[in-house]
Amino acid sequence: MPCDDYKLLIMSLLDGEIGPDERVRLEDHIRECPACARELEEFRKLKGVTDQMKFVEPEDEVWERYWANVYNRLERGVAWILTSIGTILVLIYAAFRFVDQFVRDPQVSLLLKVAVVALLIGVVVLFVSVARERIFIWRKDKYRGVIR
Amino acid sequence: MQSSHEEDRELVIKAKQGDEKAFELLVKRYMRRAYFMALGLVGNHEDALDLSQEAFVKCYRALSRYDERFTFYAWFYTILRNHVLTFLRKRKRHRRTFVDVSEEVLEWRDPDGQTPESSLEREEFSKEVWRAIMELDPEHREIIVLSHFENLQYEEIAALLGCPMGTVKSRLYRARAALKEKLTARL
Repeated sequence: MPCDDYKLLIMSLLDGEIGPDERVRLEDHIRECPACARELEEFRKLKGVTDQMKFVEPEDEVWERYWANVYNRLERGVAWILTSIGTILVLIYAAFRFVDQFVRDPQVSLLLKVAVVALLIGVVVLFVSVARERIFIWRKDKYRGVIR
Repeated sequence: MQSSHEEDRELVIKAKQGDEKAFELLVKRYMRRAYFMALGLVGNHEDALDLSQEAFVKCYRALSRYDERFTFYAWFYTILRNHVLTFLRKRKRHRRTFVDVSEEVLEWRDPDGQTPESSLEREEFSKEVWRAIMELDPEHREIIVLSHFENLQYEEIAALLGCPMGTVKSRLYRARAALKEKLTARL
C-alpha cells in the first residue's frame, strides 16, 4: 500500500478514531517508513500545540447583549418592510393624483399629456419587468435559504 | 429525558408559531458556537459578531423551511456558513488589501502551564498560530476550527458539512499539512 493511503489513517490515529485493525496496519507501516513516521510525529506536535490553546472568551456583556441585538435586527427588518410598502403606496397614490389632474388640465397640450402618460407607463413596465426578473432569479437560486 | 435534538425541535416548532421566547432560547443555546465558528472563518471579533447575529436573523426568516431530518444546529450551520462565505467572497472581490484580523484570539488553556517559555513568548506563539490559521483557505480554516477548537468527532463534522467522513479526513489532512508547513519553525 503506498504512503498516500496511510495519510487518512494518520488522521484517524491522531484524533483517536482509528479501529484496532487499522491501528495495527498503520503501526506496521510506520515502523518501516521513516517519512510517514516523521510526518506522524510532526502532526502530533501540531495537535499538541493547538490542544493547549482555546479561543479567548469575549466579555460577558457581549453574550448579555447578543439576543437583544438579534431581536433588534429582526424588528428592524419588519420595520423596513412596512416602511417600504407604505412609501410605495404613497408614491403610487401621488402619481395617480398627479396624472389625474394633469390629464384634466385644459391648459396642457395633448402632445405633452400623451408624452407624460407614456413616460409613466414605461417606468411602471420597467419596474414590473425588473421585479419579475429578480423574483425569478431568487426562486431559482440554489443557494437561497437552506437546501440540504 | 428529552435529547437536545428533540428539545431543539420543539423550540423550532414553537418559534415557527411566533413564540419569540423559544427562538431566544435557541439563539442563547448556540450563540457561542456560531460566534466562534464565524470568528474562525473571518478572523475578527466585530465581523464574527455581526455575521453570526445576521445568520440567526436569516435563520428565523427561514424557519418555515426547516428540515426536521437534520439537527437544528446542522441546519443553522448551513445558513451561517453560506452567509460567512458570501461575506468572504465579497471581501475578496473588493480586493481589500487590509483585512482586519484580530490578534488576541487564542489563549493557552493553562496559563500557568509547566513550560520553560515566558508568558510573553507563549502569547506571541499563540498569535503566530492564529496568524497561520488565518492564512489558510477558508475551507481549511473551517475544518481546523471544527476539529481542533470545537473538538468535534468526524461524524459530527461530516453532518455539519454535509459530506462523507472520508472527505472530512482528507480535508483535515490537507489543512493540517498546510498549517504544519506554516509553523515548521516553531514545531
